[in-house]
Amino acid sequence: MSAPTITEPGVAATTARAPRGVRSAETRPAWLFIAPFALFYVVFLIWPTAYMVIASFFNTSVVQEGFGSWAGFGNYAEMLTRPEFWSAMWHTLQFTLYTVPPLVVLSFVFAVLANRVQRGQWFFRLAFFVPFILPSAAIALIWNFILSPSTGLLAVVQGWFGVEEPAPILGTPALAMVGIALATLWWTIGFNFILYLAGLQDVPREVYEAAAIDGASPWQQIRWITIPMLSRTTTLVILLQIIASLKIFDQVYLMTAGGPGISTQVALGLVTTSAFTDFRVGAASAASVLLFIVIVAIAVARQLIDRAQERRA
Amino acid sequence: MTPHLPPPGRPTRRSLLKGGLALGGLGLAGATAGCGSPLAAGIAGTQLAPGTVTFWNLFGGGDGARLQLMLDEYARQNGGPDSLQSATFAWGNPYYTKVSLATLGDKPPDVAVAHLTRAQNLARAGLLTEITDEMLALVDLTPEDFTPKVWDAGKLGERAYAVPLDTHPFVLFYNKGVCEQAGLLDGDGKLKPIRGTEQWEAALTAAKEVTGAYGASVATVSETATPWRLFQSLYSQRSGNTPFLSGGGTELTFDEPLVADTLAYLQSLTAKGLMPTTTDYAGSQTLMFTGQAAFYMQGEWEITTAQSVPDLEFGMVPIPQLYDSPACQADSHAFILPRMERDEDQLRRAMGFVRSMLDQGMTWAEGGHVPAYLPTLQDPAYAALEPQSDYAPAADYAVYDAPAWYSGSGSNFETIVGAQIGLVLQGSASPEEAIASMRSQLQTYAETADPLS
Repeated sequence: MSAPTITEPGVAATTARAPRGVRSAETRPAWLFIAPFALFYVVFLIWPTAYMVIASFFNTSVVQEGFGSWAGFGNYAEMLTRPEFWSAMWHTLQFTLYTVPPLVVLSFVFAVLANRVQRGQWFFRLAFFVPFILPSAAIALIWNFILSPSTGLLAVVQGWFGVEEPAPILGTPALAMVGIALATLWWTIGFNFILYLAGLQDVPREVYEAAAIDGASPWQQIRWITIPMLSRTTTLVILLQIIASLKIFDQVYLMTAGGPGISTQVALGLVTTSAFTDFRVGAASAASVLLFIVIVAIAVARQLIDRAQERRA
Repeated sequence: MTPHLPPPGRPTRRSLLKGGLALGGLGLAGATAGCGSPLAAGIAGTQLAPGTVTFWNLFGGGDGARLQLMLDEYARQNGGPDSLQSATFAWGNPYYTKVSLATLGDKPPDVAVAHLTRAQNLARAGLLTEITDEMLALVDLTPEDFTPKVWDAGKLGERAYAVPLDTHPFVLFYNKGVCEQAGLLDGDGKLKPIRGTEQWEAALTAAKEVTGAYGASVATVSETATPWRLFQSLYSQRSGNTPFLSGGGTELTFDEPLVADTLAYLQSLTAKGLMPTTTDYAGSQTLMFTGQAAFYMQGEWEITTAQSVPDLEFGMVPIPQLYDSPACQADSHAFILPRMERDEDQLRRAMGFVRSMLDQGMTWAEGGHVPAYLPTLQDPAYAALEPQSDYAPAADYAVYDAPAWYSGSGSNFETIVGAQIGLVLQGSASPEEAIASMRSQLQTYAETADPLS
């Protein structure tokens, strides 16, 4: 999972209203400055995306030159009728359901708590954020050790409490995804935590002071000031989190490789396998496009909710 | 928000940038200067490690340990550890994915190991260098030095793409202690021949009375390859059996009544309690090792595990002929040369490495595999090797998986079919249900355009 870049919503709105003359004079240097990034953007994002869409209509193969023979909607029809595809989509959704609520709620709770710490706040900020900068391979190693059957940290702890032969988390189809979700929770909570902490520090102190004078309890302050004032941050965090969770790949590939059986195989895992093991780039592209549509739909839905919120405000 | 200036003493953005550029430059210079570094080789398009044979394989466990002995010997004869870079990857699909992508990316190893059933597909994808007679002649080999059946399995049309190392058939292990008590051994302490389903069931029943648990054990849970190997061995013994797939995988051509009957027979064995309904790979071994089953069916490579069990007296024979002709499922390990530009030296080194591995065939044969290299197979030392030589004939009637872009060892085909056979053995699917499920899943692949051609 990669952390998408965040833009401050306010900044774009103020700069867009510049007079016409100024804009045209600034345009050329602006393009020059943008060019290096734009080139990368076209080569590594726009073109691959276009390639994916085109390839999804062909029987494209890794080992053949060109796009191969025309397949029409054959690849889509295949994916939509394949049980493995639906199972992979379900596991992706399952992972999203397991990770989004705790990652949003817990990061909020921890941010509120950390924000209240008077001394040594840096320690908490660091403690929550450090796992996020570790690479996924390191996370997978740490959690595979924790969760490994009979000799792992968890098994040892379970042993203290008298649990004989606990079920191996990553080896049990019903539990494997929980194990992956736990690892992800620990790994990525720092990102949402930082977003919430930044949001919290933007809430004016006077509001709390006024509320305190009016006799609001700390819980009432959180319920009626903190949560409403952070609603924009929350929609952003939820959107980013849903997208990040739908893009799950590394942890599954490294921790279970989709197993046991295909009980943790996720959409991107299926795409990778189809493209690079079965050599079927066309079919894999069709699966990617379908996942892409789901993610775009969610992003659009978020935009609509955002607009509705703005109108109410 | 108020813009704040960097406090004195902190690096400014500009100085950071400069420093970063300098560091990056240094790094690049260092990388390109270090001869043979992967980055430099990638940029300049040169060899990864000049003067070295790079070798990829997928051998873990006992096979891996034995291979290491052979690699050490090669390195010793060829001027030390720098002469060889070997890497072992995760078995099955991840390995073949890696080999394919490295070849497409033009940075393949000099030599790699592949199953013959998978080498076929790699060759069809244009990822392999043809093994010509001239190349073999570089190290004094000819196609006639190998078991003809195995050599032919490595050919695509008239061209050869693999140098076979072994055949690894699915065999029958037996616990001598249990078989002795059940009266199944002859005067020399070897298993009396078993032929036909009646004798087989009689043997299993006799063994079950001794063990009090099972007659034979075979993995049925969390396993797809083993159930497939067992089924394919018996199905191939029947007269009138047809290949599972034909036309390069575009048609499902298995004989349905015969498949149903074979599955029903297997199910009857577990239903009667002669074989366990649910046991996994390790569990099926333990049953035989601990005397709870007289027989255990698996690939011969488990000989290393069996030998490591203290006080276990065991023997190995080919899968008994229960039907019309002897047959058993098998595959072969072979050396392949991934496609790349090779100069004379590189080619000579690669073939020299292959030759060295073949010459050390006895070490490999001790690990259970039946040699495909005739000088090793016909070596009196091999004939004296027990129980390895007892099941060597199995290689002659070995049956490889039907060719298709989605078949071969550890492939989608084995996964689909094996999972259903596993369910039949467990008693949780009827043969008809299993066939219907196999058919519908395989049909998707059969109708899919072959990505290799």
